[in-house]
Amino acid sequence: MCLGIPGEIVEFLPDQPDLAKVNVSGVKRVINVGLLADDMPKPGEWVLIHVGFALSKIDEAEAAAALSFLEGIGQAYADELAALADSRIE
Amino acid sequence: MRFVDEFRDSDKAHALAAKIVGLCEPGRQYKLMEVCGGHTHTIYKHGLEDYLPEQITLVHGPGCPVCVIPMGRVDDAMALASQPDVIMTSFGDMMRVPGSNGSFFDAKARGTDIRMVYSPLDSLKIARQNPDKQVIFMAIGFETTAPSTAMTVLRAAAEGLDNFSIFCNHVTIIPAIKAILDSPDLRLDGFIGPGHVSTVIGCRPYEFIARDYGKPVVVAGFEPLDILQSIYLLMLQLSRQESVVQNQYSRVVPWDGNVVALRAIGQTMQLRPYFEWRGLGFISHSALKVRDEYAKYDAEHLFDVPGVRVADPKACQCGEVLKGVLKPWECKVFGTACTPETPIGTCMVSPEGACAAYYNYGRLTRQRVKEATTS
Ligand code: SF4
Repeated sequence: MCLGIPGEIVEFLPDQPDLAKVNVSGVKRVINVGLLADDMPKPGEWVLIHVGFALSKIDEAEAAAALSFLEGIGQAYADELAALADSRIE
Repeated sequence: MRFVDEFRDSDKAHALAAKIVGLCEPGRQYKLMEVCGGHTHTIYKHGLEDYLPEQITLVHGPGCPVCVIPMGRVDDAMALASQPDVIMTSFGDMMRVPGSNGSFFDAKARGTDIRMVYSPLDSLKIARQNPDKQVIFMAIGFETTAPSTAMTVLRAAAEGLDNFSIFCNHVTIIPAIKAILDSPDLRLDGFIGPGHVSTVIGCRPYEFIARDYGKPVVVAGFEPLDILQSIYLLMLQLSRQESVVQNQYSRVVPWDGNVVALRAIGQTMQLRPYFEWRGLGFISHSALKVRDEYAKYDAEHLFDVPGVRVADPKACQCGEVLKGVLKPWECKVFGTACTPETPIGTCMVSPEGACAAYYNYGRLTRQRVKEATTS
């Protein structure tokens, strides 16, 4: 839950400017990007996601580093990804 | 992984280590605290202590949110969850935290309706689907997760959902650091500042540590080289008798934090006069509750919460570990009665807890460093 997960913005949801579809290690889910209202990311950009909310914009190098940190954590990251896969934010 | 190598280059690590050694004053011992559990994890996983001279000790701080939840709050949550027509939702990390009658997982097995969610927003969906039930989200975490809870409350209010509330256990990191600074048990020389919390609060809130306590603070990233670099920056300040706040993780952490997130927290939550932390006791103004304007979404307002205080199990020394007074393996039950599978204390539950991190990696450290330096 404390893990910041990197995700790539795929697209924004029509009519819901706060919600965006992201790609996290191949899992595509909807997250809330409202906390980045001052500097909205664009499709193709990366964000660090905490419990369904993008908290900061990051570049691709940072995303790769964050991902490998998470993969190193092992089971906890697997659990977090599984939880994300079950998530249905709308 | 070209990108990652940049943060992991072992030549660079050894070069930094050599520079750190060069900054140690002969005969002086240094204690640096990493506040955040994510850092604790990296330190053990990569055996960073073995890169450091023996004069430097890394002390593991209280920055693991499930580790600091007192048992009484777990029991209170359980009491809420077992009310009729209540669905409790919780992050996975919280599910194994022991209360005096077992964990959420145990309660779930006994038939209590507790559901694991990835995001507080997932609880809203459960509330919409179950209009005849009250859905209570077990809100925990530092400033990293508090904005998400705040935004979820705002969303519930905007939708007019009236069967959703939160049991708010959000804690704030600054008062905990202050409590540690004021504690007579421990003399620290500097702080490796938390990374993700700082994306929200920024670097300014740490300024009192440098100004009033004369201790340097370096906000750090999570890669091994980030942490070594931050230790180097701390040692450089100490050698020059300086104390300022530096941001080693500026590629992610803005100096002023995330203003939208802070606003959302301020709009929906206010400081509690005091809150109990596991192992650290009561700390004033160290936690958040739902603002009166949003009392409709506050489980403590809607339901009777027993508010019990439960002493930690006798064998448990998490308090000393959280304050950095004891190393995990110095706890009497470490690795025997207390393991990640059967945690007695909270520090063994989350992978960011010092005990779990050490249990998983610490024992491998020396071996790995030997391999890395001989290959
Ligand atoms: S070994 Fe277990 S009981 Fe002892 S300090 Fe660690 S988590 Fe707490």
